[in-house]
Amino acid sequence: MALRKGKNTILFENPPSIRAWAAIGSTMEAQGPLGGSFDLIEEDAYFGQDSWEKAESQMQERVVRRALEKAGFSSAQVQGAFAGDLLNQCVSSTYGLRALGIPYVGLFGACSTMAESLLTASVFLEARAMERAVACTSSHFCTAERQFRFPLEYGGQRPPTAQWTATAAGAAVLERGERPPFVRGAVVGTIQDLGISDAANMGAAMAPAAADTLKRFFEDTGMRPQAFDLVVTGDLGQVGFDLLRELMAREGHPLDHCQADCGLMLYDREKQDVHAGASGCGCSASVLCGHLLPLLRQGTLKNLLFVATGALMSPTVVQQGESIAAIAHLVWLSHDRSGEVKSCRY
Amino acid sequence: MQVLIALAKAFLVGGALCAAGQILIDRTQLTPARILTSYVVLGVILGGIGLYPKLVEFAGAGASVPLLGFGSLLAQGVRRAVAEQGLLGALTGGFTAASAGVTAALFFSLLVALVAKSREK
Amino acid sequence: MGMTPEEYGKLVQRASPPSPTGKNLVMAFLVGGGICTLGEGLLLLYQSMGASEQNAPTLVSVTLVGLSVLLTGLGVYDKLAKVAGAGTLVPITGFANAVASPSIEFKSEGLVLGLASKMFLIAGPVLVYGTAASVIYGVLLWLWERL
Repeated sequence: MALRKGKNTILFENPPSIRAWAAIGSTMEAQGPLGGSFDLIEEDAYFGQDSWEKAESQMQERVVRRALEKAGFSSAQVQGAFAGDLLNQCVSSTYGLRALGIPYVGLFGACSTMAESLLTASVFLEARAMERAVACTSSHFCTAERQFRFPLEYGGQRPPTAQWTATAAGAAVLERGERPPFVRGAVVGTIQDLGISDAANMGAAMAPAAADTLKRFFEDTGMRPQAFDLVVTGDLGQVGFDLLRELMAREGHPLDHCQADCGLMLYDREKQDVHAGASGCGCSASVLCGHLLPLLRQGTLKNLLFVATGALMSPTVVQQGESIAAIAHLVWLSHDRSGEVKSCRY
Repeated sequence: MQVLIALAKAFLVGGALCAAGQILIDRTQLTPARILTSYVVLGVILGGIGLYPKLVEFAGAGASVPLLGFGSLLAQGVRRAVAEQGLLGALTGGFTAASAGVTAALFFSLLVALVAKSREK
Repeated sequence: MGMTPEEYGKLVQRASPPSPTGKNLVMAFLVGGGICTLGEGLLLLYQSMGASEQNAPTLVSVTLVGLSVLLTGLGVYDKLAKVAGAGTLVPITGFANAVASPSIEFKSEGLVLGLASKMFLIAGPVLVYGTAASVIYGVLLWLWERL
């Protein structure tokens, strides 16, 4: 059974295994440094559909089908799909998974959805409520622009703190099994808001949420950041990355060299015009499922804290003058099923 | 020579009005829509007190092409209409003066939107 | 977190790089000035072709609006705007782009509730407050002449 350690940390006695995974992206993602790690690349941003929303749904359907294929399961063998996305009513997930017939739990955690879906699926698996489950999320630059910002053809300038929504999706198939990596623990985030209202500076809005979740994990478990190969945040971008570093140092848990951010890994900020970095649910999902999970399976990475961050606002509340509420969910992923945390860096 | 001088004046005055807008974008939290709205309203005021038409006389398109000129055009239309129709002119003048530009924007946009497709950046 | 929003705000300000104002300013000046120069060139051209003093500026506006809508449809205007900033926002071409871009973007929701109703998404306020200001001006003018 899942045990609670300290105030908020969940530790799994029988850690669920991540059996297979898949990542999908488009042109910008293919051109980035992790371009080679994607299972599927679709150059056509419409994914063969006639609207951006349908394109994003298509992306989720393809990535889940590919992950199931790699796991060797049919959709009928999976008891649950935990998915969500950025769009109103999470339509990308709903319509993307519509044809699969898997029992569906829709989640909203904005860009934190990959961690939220992994941790929720893990609790269901460990409780033996399910044998196998899929965790999945996506984002699309064009759907996000038209919902949260401006029409694509509108001439506007982005400030240097803005981030680029990834056109990408990731899916992971979890089971009560023996193959690494394993979900060893999790922390459900609290809603954090330090008054940032600039929607073009999401990294700054989300950094306190990441700091709070990490702090609770380290305090509950007594572990140190340095015991992990990587503490990888979702999509803070350069501004949020720097702020998290500073916040953690102030809280007495300096992250030092184990700190990484998916928003800084997906694109080449020198060559690609993405300003502070990548964002969107698909950013952390595709970096995790394309790049990090394979390294955890091989054992190149032994222990990793995946802290996906999300900004939980809507254009409506921001226009009403609300500040941006943010959240960060943490998932502890390990090459080993049990035992002490030993970073391969030591 | 006169042509060159006219072009140069348009370039300098138009450029300066745009540069002022850039300062508003970079140094304030104003969104582009708010900046456009402010420019038009300011244009109505400057046109109303008779200042802006003088700038248009000096710089031609350098003053009439920026949205301040659109505002000033509204004010001039109202001034003319009020002289002809009295108080009713306050309601008819603005759209009368701006009709060509606005209708062109709506109609051309309709045509283009029927053909064009939203594309990825 | 043991930190007030004010403290954090200061931290954020330090961590956030400012916009490259110098470069932006130069580009806005050059491109904005360029669009106005094009307007002036058209004005002189139309006048030399015999357009009246009143019609020539109107023709210029219509031409620039048409050009901007076309470039918006071709996906060029937003690329220019990324570099030019206010240089493409402030001229009437920016207004035309604000009308055309949502109508293209929201065509996927239909010709009435998408294309047409979203046409005023960004440009609507400009028309609303522009005409409102002109009505107030008209009323004041009328009152002034009665005094």
